[in-house]
Amino acid sequence: MNFWHTVAAITWKDTISEMRTKEIVSSVLVFTLLVIVIFNFSFGATQQTMKVVAPGILWVTFAFAGVLSLNRLFVPEKEQDCLEGLMVCPVSREAIYTGKMLGSLIFMLVVEVIALPIFTLLFNLPVLSLQIVTITVLATFGFVVVGTLFSAVAINTKAREMVLPILFFPIISPVIISAVKATEISLAGGSWSSLVPWLPMIAAFDAIFFVVSFLIFSYVIEE
Amino acid sequence: MNTNNILRNGLLILSFVLMTVSLYLVFVFVPTEREMGIVQRIFYLMVPTGWLALLSFVIIFIGSILYLVKRARKWDILAMSSAEIGIVFTTLALIVGSIWARPIWGVWWTWEPRLTATLVLWFIYLAYFMVRSLATDPERGARYSAIVGIIGLVDIPIIALSTTLWRGIHPGPVIFSGGLAPPMLLTLMVSLAAFTSFYFLLLQYKVSAKNDESLINTLRESIKSR
Amino acid sequence: MDQKDKASRDLAIKARDLAKPFGSYLALNGIDLDIQRGECVTIFGPNGAGKTTLIKVLATIMNPSAGTVWIDGINLKDNIEEVRRRIGIVTHQTFLYNNLTTYENLDFYCRMFGVPNRKERLLEVIETVGMTSRLHDRVGTLSRGMQQRVSFARSQLHKPPIMLLDEPETGLDQDSISMLWKMLKGSTEDRRTIVLTTHNLEQGLEFADRILIMDQGKIVYEGLRQSLDLPGLKKAYKSSTGALP
Repeated sequence: MNFWHTVAAITWKDTISEMRTKEIVSSVLVFTLLVIVIFNFSFGATQQTMKVVAPGILWVTFAFAGVLSLNRLFVPEKEQDCLEGLMVCPVSREAIYTGKMLGSLIFMLVVEVIALPIFTLLFNLPVLSLQIVTITVLATFGFVVVGTLFSAVAINTKAREMVLPILFFPIISPVIISAVKATEISLAGGSWSSLVPWLPMIAAFDAIFFVVSFLIFSYVIEE
Repeated sequence: MNTNNILRNGLLILSFVLMTVSLYLVFVFVPTEREMGIVQRIFYLMVPTGWLALLSFVIIFIGSILYLVKRARKWDILAMSSAEIGIVFTTLALIVGSIWARPIWGVWWTWEPRLTATLVLWFIYLAYFMVRSLATDPERGARYSAIVGIIGLVDIPIIALSTTLWRGIHPGPVIFSGGLAPPMLLTLMVSLAAFTSFYFLLLQYKVSAKNDESLINTLRESIKSR
Repeated sequence: MDQKDKASRDLAIKARDLAKPFGSYLALNGIDLDIQRGECVTIFGPNGAGKTTLIKVLATIMNPSAGTVWIDGINLKDNIEEVRRRIGIVTHQTFLYNNLTTYENLDFYCRMFGVPNRKERLLEVIETVGMTSRLHDRVGTLSRGMQQRVSFARSQLHKPPIMLLDEPETGLDQDSISMLWKMLKGSTEDRRTIVLTTHNLEQGLEFADRILIMDQGKIVYEGLRQSLDLPGLKKAYKSSTGALP
């Protein structure tokens, strides 16, 4: 059976389930907005300080939102042992990984699509530019490629809500560093070429960890 | 005497000799650095601890891959043992780095690239242990920590590169580019050799202790089920 | 070798020396199995005897740490996807997504198994378990018994010649249990191979051609249906496991 056919079936299944409950997207979105507002309180919200701290706020918010949504990713697979149901299907484990990963990417992007304009509005900063959208898509992809793998690990641990961030944050630190730096440069009006060390860094991270996670995912779910 | 004992005694003697020589070189032989003064001698401890932090992770990586492919406990024991040694040296590297930072930059902690990367590495070590102890059964713990061992090693160069681009104040990578005076280079090399030999000695001890432990557990289990 | 290969090709399930440790305890400890095509085998045993682990190994959910399994003569290590196509599994977990409807769940599994004419097959199967009227209800809103019926339908989508059932009656009310047994018996008629684990000695015995009893990762008793009645089975259970059934 066709690899992408399986991937599409899994992503589709996760997406309609999410569209029905809106469990992940709604809670993560509310969380994101709250974090943005609270950061506003803690930094005094003058235009001057905001310019300096906004990139950090944006990426801390998205990283935490990512953990929150990734924590839920394998919960439906655990209820009624659905993951075992998937494992007895004649499909490759790599397809299961890719399908789950794409589903998670969609949820995160939906949250960000709503959060970015609000961010623009509340911070009075031009966050909604092509440059920043590119950075966001690349960095979010980086989050979910390792996040999906670690989410599958965390689901079988005690205190999984705590395990995921402990695994996730150190590994994605290069993505956070690069995304913050690139956003900073972009907000200061830098050109595409001034984003150079950072965007390729995120892209390289994405490519490397997609391949590695793709290859080792089967070792996570196979007993 | 079996090969394990020969290996262990050989490493013990080698480590002892190299350590003694390196102490002599560091405190007596090598000249004091002109600008940084006496404190520069910490360098001969800082580089080897940092090196062992990395070397341990490379061994974890190798053990992890072999464990996932072959599912033989001995590879997990190798990775786990290396991790236990590695986190000690990573912690030491952070402490020594702080002690170095104090007189040079006037602060205990600075987000200097290599120090920052070492800190992230320390957190990855922590993740390695946490996921093992929080997994729902020991076999899962071994598998999950192997995943962290593989992902972690792949991430190290990327972390190092990103922190380097992010910040940049340090005596630069002068070590192998001929920037170091010959007596200093010699001292550094001997220290590195001494610590590396010491690492393998510790690894040998750890692995055999863990092997004994798992043997005892198996025996106990077989007595219980009788 | 030809002789041996032919023999294993004629068997629906063949296993040799299966072992699977959990920590330092062996959930499977040297299991050998030979199950003929069309045979119904019931496995009894106390909790923790290794029944579920055995089913999971046969279903390719778990890899044994030692030993080999052949399904329809195919070594699991050679072509695991082909093996998966030939197995249908029902456990006390339904493998269904609560937020999806019956239809969406079954359609999803049709896609995963590459079932041709999905819609037709799906409607046909749902008819056999009498759940057509609940086709567009979310699975989460169905009763436990109904969910198990949908789960049974799920396992039938790809027409597996081998059925593995791990305590399928757990958590069901009396009506659903008798419905389940009826469905199972229906599926024995088309000469399928069935491996069942259960705590229900009476039903399990009535259903089987052959009885196995497991304890501490080993098969401790084996008997044919013809040579056993319920009291005989209870006696065998007690003497081989030391526990009351």
